[in-house]
Amino acid sequence: MEHENIKYFLELFLSGLTKGSIYALIALGYTMVYGIIEIINFAHGEIYMIGAFTALIVSSVLTMFGFPMIAILILATGTAIIYSSAYGYTIEKIAYKPLRQAPRLSPLISAIGMSIFLQNYVLLAQTENFMKFNSLIPEFEWLKPYKEIIGTEELIIIIISAIVMIALTLIVKYTRLGKAMRATAQDRMMARLVGVSVNKIISFTFIIGSALAAIGGVLIASYIGQINYYIGFIAGLKAFTAAVLGGIGSIPGAVLGGLVLGWTESFGTGYISSDYEDVFAFSLLVLILIFRPEGILGRSTSQKV
Amino acid sequence: MLTFEEIKKSFLVSLWFIFLTFPIMVIRVNSNENTIDWRWENIAIVGIASFVLSFFWRDFFRRKKLGQKKLSKDKQKSSALIELLNSKKEIKYGLLGAIITFAIAYPFVLGPYQTNIMISALIFVVLGLGLNIVVGLAGLLDLGYVAFYAVGAYTYAILNTQSGIIGHGLLQLSLYLNDLFGTTFFEIIAQPWSFWIVLPLAMLIAGICGLILGFPVLRLRGDYLAIVTLGFGEIIRLVLENWNELSNGPSGIAKIAKPNFGVSLNSIESIPFIYFLMIFLVLFTIFVVNRLQISRIGRAWMALREDEIACQAMGIDTTKTKLTAFAMGASWAGMCGVMIAVKTSFINPASFTFMESAIILSIVVLGGMGSVIGVIIGALILSLLPEYLRAFDDYRMLVFGATMVIMMIFRPQGIISNVRSTYKIIRKQKI
Amino acid sequence: MKPILDVKNLTKDFGGLRAIDSLDIKIFRGEIVALIGPNGAGKTTFFNCITGIYKPTNGEVAITHPKRDTEIINDLVPNVVVNPLFRFLPESVLKSLKKYFPQLLFRSLKPNEITERGMARTFQNIRLFKNMTVLENVMIGRHCRTNAGIPGAVIRGPGTRKEEKEVIEECYRLLKKTGLDHLSDELAKNLPYGDQRRLEIARALATEPFLLLLDEPAAGMNPQETKDLVDLIYKIRDEDQISILLIEHDMKLVMELSERIYVVDYGKGIATGTPEEIRDNPVVIKAYLGEDIEDA
Ligand SMILES: Nc1ncnc2c1ncn2[C@@H]1O[C@H](COP(=O)(O)OP(=O)(O)O)[C@@H](O)[C@H]1O
Ligand SMILES: [Mg+2]
Repeated sequence: MEHENIKYFLELFLSGLTKGSIYALIALGYTMVYGIIEIINFAHGEIYMIGAFTALIVSSVLTMFGFPMIAILILATGTAIIYSSAYGYTIEKIAYKPLRQAPRLSPLISAIGMSIFLQNYVLLAQTENFMKFNSLIPEFEWLKPYKEIIGTEELIIIIISAIVMIALTLIVKYTRLGKAMRATAQDRMMARLVGVSVNKIISFTFIIGSALAAIGGVLIASYIGQINYYIGFIAGLKAFTAAVLGGIGSIPGAVLGGLVLGWTESFGTGYISSDYEDVFAFSLLVLILIFRPEGILGRSTSQKV
Repeated sequence: MLTFEEIKKSFLVSLWFIFLTFPIMVIRVNSNENTIDWRWENIAIVGIASFVLSFFWRDFFRRKKLGQKKLSKDKQKSSALIELLNSKKEIKYGLLGAIITFAIAYPFVLGPYQTNIMISALIFVVLGLGLNIVVGLAGLLDLGYVAFYAVGAYTYAILNTQSGIIGHGLLQLSLYLNDLFGTTFFEIIAQPWSFWIVLPLAMLIAGICGLILGFPVLRLRGDYLAIVTLGFGEIIRLVLENWNELSNGPSGIAKIAKPNFGVSLNSIESIPFIYFLMIFLVLFTIFVVNRLQISRIGRAWMALREDEIACQAMGIDTTKTKLTAFAMGASWAGMCGVMIAVKTSFINPASFTFMESAIILSIVVLGGMGSVIGVIIGALILSLLPEYLRAFDDYRMLVFGATMVIMMIFRPQGIISNVRSTYKIIRKQKI
Repeated sequence: MKPILDVKNLTKDFGGLRAIDSLDIKIFRGEIVALIGPNGAGKTTFFNCITGIYKPTNGEVAITHPKRDTEIINDLVPNVVVNPLFRFLPESVLKSLKKYFPQLLFRSLKPNEITERGMARTFQNIRLFKNMTVLENVMIGRHCRTNAGIPGAVIRGPGTRKEEKEVIEECYRLLKKTGLDHLSDELAKNLPYGDQRRLEIARALATEPFLLLLDEPAAGMNPQETKDLVDLIYKIRDEDQISILLIEHDMKLVMELSERIYVVDYGKGIATGTPEEIRDNPVVIKAYLGEDIEDA
């Protein structure tokens, strides 16, 4: 009995960690973009969805041509990353760049419009049904005995997310580009004056964020096993919750927020009720914004008057 | 200008979009049935479309720049249409007369089917005007507007059909009260509630919900507010979907009664009555919004939209002001909710998704934030177009999304920009 | 006589930066006082702290309305307005609980409440309601002195109409005073710079302040406009009995207008006195090194 309870807890803990890692991957995109141009990129969830669809399309085509599993894995993920980044780049140029000087409401509405547009673009060009997504991740033999607690996919998701996030942190901390990004985030005007090409930095931020979203998309699609055009919307909302939870603009915050959200959901559904999975996430969002709008790791900043 | 430079630019854009849309537009996979469908013709479509559109895109930008220069020289500039209407009284009244005649004759000439479509359109007009108070006047981006619409609809549906735990509770309450006072009077609360009582009640309940939801979240910055309201909207929908005892879950509530107009009518015969009721509600809404716009509260809303910090520094309680806007908008959504329940006799949670909020928002954005006429025109265009252009129906949300982006970039003031009222009293009495 | 504004030991930190460092300032009734200092000295931050836009890190701000008692309006431990949730508690209980739960039971005044109590301001980087007309901008200032609600707005009964008429008349009077009456229907964003600054003053006056805070009112004005501004400020003080605290870089204007001057540098008060005393103060000259105030 006792043993069962612990196992159940562990299972929930790990599935929360898995989901949380994905949320964190997507949340990083929100956080980085917000940090630099203070816009909630509503279309970010759609970029993630497009990443998953691209991977689905590529892997289906390659399977038809009889490519080996490992090649499919690499090519599908790579294409998804390239395409998501391209979409992210293009979206910024079309929907946000013209609105840099506009009142705050304008880019927000533009972002929502973009998100709706992309959802329906995929809906019309592909399908409205859920599509089966054959996992790209092979099964590990040695993990079989622990299958009930953690599957290969979960393990891979956790490991890859960790690697990506560490890499991102290093990039932002130590490379020239990362420093330019942080400078732009702090003071765009000043960064421009000291010779940072702000437009390039913004594009670059969108590209990195989108690439992370694509990785998240491929991983979660493999994990859940099916996708449709709408997955980005809910995931986007949750990832945004994660970003706010951790403190928007903060990279470790996004990771922490993602994990907390993942655990909230998985323990909530595991111990309370599975009907209200999304309600837990949104309630957490509402509570956080009410009681600690700056998030767990965020610092409250006063607007300069 | 078809210079070589321009063509080269458009050509590159077109190549980029062909690349970008290649997997999704050209390859359609069905992984359930393991089929792949290659649609090579889409390359040509995307290529040509993006080539042409990129010319327009750049041209619009050039015009916008020119327009801005001109505008800053001009004084308060209203749209040419309104100027024409104001300058020529005959045209103005002629047009007004034509609209009134059209509106009155509509149900008799065009029959119940068309009238029903028009009722929906009018509901969207009111929804647009209600959201316009929140977004257009007060500048609060509310993405969960549909939640209050749902509250109104479910209030009427539940009270009218006496279903679920609320119906049960009312029955118990009536029995208890009858017992307590020794009468049979309180049976009335366990009967189907009349539309005429529920309409104001639903507005009140939705307004109160607006206050309750608004109170904690309105302190937040604009973009957070958008997300939180979106989250709230989803929570309400999920609750309606999962709390079967309250709302009968996904299967919804059916057999909702039409209002009692004093004569016995079947459901077809009642359509013109509902239509005229809706016309009345539209007029009522226009009246209220116009009055609000030139009032102390309306001015505070606009100041809030323009600059929150200055607004507060000038002695306006921003929380209270936001709350009133939020609650006003919510109660109007509640009113529309009752009307949609009346119109369709059946509601379920699927009618209250985020997409509905998005449609209402695009109405406000297209029409012109803050402008009453603009929002009315926007609502009519966006709700009637898909009805009459069936081919357009599939592309409806695609177009709405694109509309929001394009309007924000090229014409953020909407098709009809809001003209600030001037206060005439001053010029008459020289102080 | 009690000062109408009494700021004690005010400190404000932004992260590691101490923008204001234990500043003491007193203003008496009917005075025109100037607050000067090099750019970035913390003058605007001082305004923001006393008007409730920023929360001070330390210190106490008290105002005394000519017709009312002294009130502490902004403080490290907020101690004026009881949270509405606890209003029902008797005062003695509240006082004894204050030691333990200051943040829970009390909050500081919000900017609008401070304005309501009679301290109004203008902004250094003009913050008008750009897409509203000039008259409407001023009418916003009347908001806290009027009370028509939504029912009033919709029904527009005699009470509301009278109130509205009075608001318009009063605002028109203020526009006349500031010389903007001919522009009343213009959108605020279409006004030239100098007029925008004066509109900010008119808007602040509409809130019926007893103390007016002006943040660089002459910035961007030409000499003629500056001269008019001086006249306007005198008029406001003499006709309406409104005291004035102004931040200004135009030394000529400062020396001409003000009766007393406070000098701040790096957030610290470094000198105070009459214009003559300040002019000859070596500490001030040092702080302004490079900025020529001798010829003022
Ligand atoms: N909201 C804020 N966040 C961080 N630093 C601020 C903020 N507001 C002002 N500062 C800093 O405080 C210092 C004083 O600024 P300010 O009061 O505007 O100076 P002044 O008005 O005297 O020119 C400056 O170094 C400025 O950068
Ligand atoms: Mg300053």
